[in-house]
Amino acid sequence: MPKTELKEYIVLRNREIPNIRDLDVYVANGGYETARNALTTMTPQAIVDEVKKSGLRGRGGAGFPCGVKWGFVPKELNPKYLVVNADESEPGTFNNHEIIDLNPHQMIEGVVISAFAIGANTAYIYIRGEFAYGARLLEQVINEARERGFVGKNVFGSGFDIDIHVHRGAGAYICGEETALLESLEGKIGQPRLKPPFPAVAGLYAKPTVVNNVETLTNVPRIIAKGADWFRSFGTEKSPGTKAVSISGHVKNPGNYEIPLGITMREFIYDWAGGMRSDVPLKFIIPGGASSTWLTTEHLDTPLTWDDMAAAGTMLGSGAVVILDESVSVVKAALKIDEFFKHESCGKCTPCREGTHFLVKVWERIDEGHGRSGDIELLADVGTQMLGKCFCPLGDSAVSAVNSAIKFFRPEIEAEIAGGTH
Amino acid sequence: MLYDKHKAEIDAILAKYPSKRSALLPMLYIAQDEYGRLDRDSIGEVAEILDLPPTDVYEVAGFYTLFYNEEVGKIVLDVCDDVPCCFCGAEELVADLENRLGVKAGHTTNDKLFTLRRVKCIAACDQAPVLQANLEFHNKVTPDKVDTLLAELRSEIESGKPISISGRFAEH
Ligand SMILES: Cc1cc2nc3c(=O)[nH]c(=O)nc-3n(C[C@H](O)[C@H](O)[C@H](O)COP(=O)(O)O)c2cc1C
Ligand code: SF4
Ligand code: FES
Repeated sequence: MPKTELKEYIVLRNREIPNIRDLDVYVANGGYETARNALTTMTPQAIVDEVKKSGLRGRGGAGFPCGVKWGFVPKELNPKYLVVNADESEPGTFNNHEIIDLNPHQMIEGVVISAFAIGANTAYIYIRGEFAYGARLLEQVINEARERGFVGKNVFGSGFDIDIHVHRGAGAYICGEETALLESLEGKIGQPRLKPPFPAVAGLYAKPTVVNNVETLTNVPRIIAKGADWFRSFGTEKSPGTKAVSISGHVKNPGNYEIPLGITMREFIYDWAGGMRSDVPLKFIIPGGASSTWLTTEHLDTPLTWDDMAAAGTMLGSGAVVILDESVSVVKAALKIDEFFKHESCGKCTPCREGTHFLVKVWERIDEGHGRSGDIELLADVGTQMLGKCFCPLGDSAVSAVNSAIKFFRPEIEAEIAGGTH
Repeated sequence: MLYDKHKAEIDAILAKYPSKRSALLPMLYIAQDEYGRLDRDSIGEVAEILDLPPTDVYEVAGFYTLFYNEEVGKIVLDVCDDVPCCFCGAEELVADLENRLGVKAGHTTNDKLFTLRRVKCIAACDQAPVLQANLEFHNKVTPDKVDTLLAELRSEIESGKPISISGRFAEH
């Protein structure tokens, strides 16, 4: 089958328009005109409706319909906040990184339009601490936009005020979870909050707050400029649009690719990312970030959409495909992934805090040649005790690697235990 | 004192938020750059500026990986050894750096110039093996590039230009 064409870029427009990160270039290509039109000729409700109609789903992991979430914000409560989730810390994910570094004005324009739509006069961009350059760049980009009257008081003479601030995190994956993010933005340790209340009702400083991912908001100016129907001409009925997907590991051409949603994993790996980097065959795929359940070669025909990935027992997640070849030890991979979750567990609840420790301990002894018979059952049992019993999704995520490894590669783990020095 | 020396920056930070406490993370970055780490005194000073109990500030400083409670070198080298980097040359890079610097990951060289750490995914997996030096990215650091990189970093330190271990400003 020939490679599916992407008619045009929606979010990674830096691939098409050189230097689009410079304000002059962005403006020369119609930049901020959409915000001007939206703020001076549309009502907030009309923007919410158009985004609803577009079917835009949140790009941060859960795929929740963006316009629907905006609709949950109570009109009468003020002030309201828009928070941009630029924490991007899910292993394998680096698409927000590219948008921030190379197409930042489109994201800022998305913030202006979206803040107007929900009635927020203040937006915070919560950016992971490691994106030190990105944070400085965004400060600069916002200043440039402010100097032209695109951000600040009475933007485009519309009477609408929007302040945008950059807030750097300081190294903690859990701060990508929206309520932990809000805690962190309030100057506290990043531990998730009990939901409900949802942030839309009581979020930052207990005020109505919408938290959206970088890529989600970067879609907004294009949807408003070209309409929901145009947006829906990309992707599938239930997963409209495109997705910037990161692919890494043992492929020939790792990187970000903006794909029309709905192409198969096979097409993505072989036609877009160039296939495997060497003759060593594909062993398994971590398809949606470290939190996701693995796939193997038998799943290559799964379309990349939220629903198809769920039907295959995994998730599209943050749009991060990690390809690993036969040189990789399953035990080592599972160990590394659970080390990640152990390191990033915020410590708030026992099943996650203790469970991740335990998983790492068992994986470690198998990896070091001291595995015991019964260790596989032990891992599965700890996983069962964690699943559904953790305070936030991070705990469950640590079990994905365990269950995937056991389901697809049990004989390899058994052999490693049997062959160990004990 | 921290506030007097960085008044403009601190006032601008405080102006961003309706609550003083929200300024805690950015304040800790400033204090860390000023004092080289977050020890008792620097934490006390931040607590005072923000009207917070020092114990709250300790708790926050201990939670995040980019706050250093122990002494670190002039340049902190963070090598990503997560999945997939660990299968794409990260282990070799860590071993190489350990050899050349003469310290194990997690430690600071005797001359106090470098701290070498293993870190989790830094969102540049397609650039493996990848590291950050004081939070600036260095992509595709294959063994043949390590010498040049270390030499560059050393000359940056020797140039005497201000250095930000917190990544508040660019160093070159
Ligand atoms: C442990 C954990 C980490 C998360 N990390 C991120 C992240 O780095 N970036 C992000 O946009 N969403 C992340 N999310 C999802 C957010 O909680 C939230 O759903 C998202 O920011 C909403 O934006 P969206 O609807 O535009 O996708 C994370 C969720 C969990 C449970
Ligand atoms: S599941 Fe883990 S990360 Fe989530 S609240 Fe519990 S301890 Fe914290
Ligand atoms: S795993 Fe190393 S940068 Fe993502």
